[in-house]
Amino acid sequence: MSLTMDEPTLVTTRPLLTARDVSKAYGPVQALRGVSATVYPGEVLGIVGESGSGKSTFLRALNLEETPDTGSYTLDLPDVQGNLFDLDRYARRMLCATRIGIVYQNPHLGLLMSHSSSGNVAERLLVAGERRFAVLRDKAQRALEASEFPTERMDAPPAELSGGMQQRVQLAKAIALEPALLLLDEPTTGLDVSVQALVLDTLKRLQQERRITMVIVSHDLGVIRTLSDRVMVMRRGEVVEQGLADQVFQDPQHAYTQQLVHAKL
Amino acid sequence: MTRILDVRALSKGFTMHHLDTRMAAFSDISFTLDAGEFLLLKGRNGAGKSTLLRTLYRSYLAASGEILFHGPEGVIDLARAADVDVTYLRRTEIGFVTQFLTARPRVSAEALVAEPLRRSGAPAEAALEQARHWLQAFGVKPELWAAYPTTFSGGEQQKVNLARALILPQRLLLLDEPTASLDVSARAALIDRLAELKAGGTAMIGVFHHPGDVATLIDREIDLTPDAATREDRDDVVV
Repeated sequence: MSLTMDEPTLVTTRPLLTARDVSKAYGPVQALRGVSATVYPGEVLGIVGESGSGKSTFLRALNLEETPDTGSYTLDLPDVQGNLFDLDRYARRMLCATRIGIVYQNPHLGLLMSHSSSGNVAERLLVAGERRFAVLRDKAQRALEASEFPTERMDAPPAELSGGMQQRVQLAKAIALEPALLLLDEPTTGLDVSVQALVLDTLKRLQQERRITMVIVSHDLGVIRTLSDRVMVMRRGEVVEQGLADQVFQDPQHAYTQQLVHAKL
Repeated sequence: MTRILDVRALSKGFTMHHLDTRMAAFSDISFTLDAGEFLLLKGRNGAGKSTLLRTLYRSYLAASGEILFHGPEGVIDLARAADVDVTYLRRTEIGFVTQFLTARPRVSAEALVAEPLRRSGAPAEAALEQARHWLQAFGVKPELWAAYPTTFSGGEQQKVNLARALILPQRLLLLDEPTASLDVSARAALIDRLAELKAGGTAMIGVFHHPGDVATLIDREIDLTPDAATREDRDDVVV
């Protein structure tokens, strides 16, 4: 039924991110089965799927936290070459610290809770080689402002902040070095709806003003629909369908996607 | 005339997996559209008018056929074009106007209206100024401009929606009952804006509950009712 879509002809830039045939097993559990994805500069790819579909594993692979059993991953950046899964630990750490930002669902994964919020952001800049205190502080403050964090609280540790504010510190840390790719793993899950709306608004603004390329994973279809240009639906480690966000939600082709969309409140 | 759209043997159906059935929406539709032309889609409820609009916009995937769009960069088949190309065209060349506003939480009416201009590269302040102009034109009260439209009445939301959808002139405009439930003055403002865009070369395809609203704009009609006498009648110029 569905037609095979053509390669782009109008948008002549190459994809920023190309992942091919990524597979990963944890013991007997096949978490990813040949997942492929392309993301163009400035595009937002949303990944949806039920718990255990492999969507977070795939995102962690894109953040080079997981080494898949097979598959390749490239980023079209001037000084980045080859299959990123082949990089050693040091090269991975440098690449992730400088070119890729990530916001986790659980702020404990992304932040040091007892350090100051500004220090958490500055840590990113330190890894990238910045040593001048005034520059560190100034850049950290600007990143916190961009993620709409009240900067009079910038020296408070995340442990003293609300969940929404912790997510903003994570976001500031992720964008402090203007990454080429921003990965978001359930960034608003667990926040109450009004805080969720504020975080979504901040993300949308960053998208529009900075054209940051994003991959966002969520089981919340509303969040995905609000933020994404394109949507990829995963189930049991496989991509069952992908397309423009409004098309996947309005005219889902696969039985599983239909089930998922019809289950939305 | 400059050709904008060349639709060939377009068909659409829906597979409903949970019922294990397939429902046809329309089949074998062909027509062409030139710059500045206004095409009215007619047909009884369920004939597939809105479905055709959504298929042209690629919110729905065509089952078969071609939707050849003649853009500044050349001809592209919207039925098969890569997603990233469709996103690009939607930002710059193809607009879709419905009667429903997609408001985002905590985004003001004026910011929402200014968004298409900002995305096309206009500076923030100039875009906001334009946005206020169009909110005024469609009759949204100035005290609402900085408010969040999620709390507006249905009619007010629709006006914000129209201001947003029509702020940026595009090559092709798809109109899905934009006049439904509009008050008289907003309807007049809409018709004026559509006439202005049409004169500027925008090609339009529309579905209207009361086609009388846009009678002065209609160049041609297509009846989607199955077995309708005329599928496409180029001589049927109603102006």
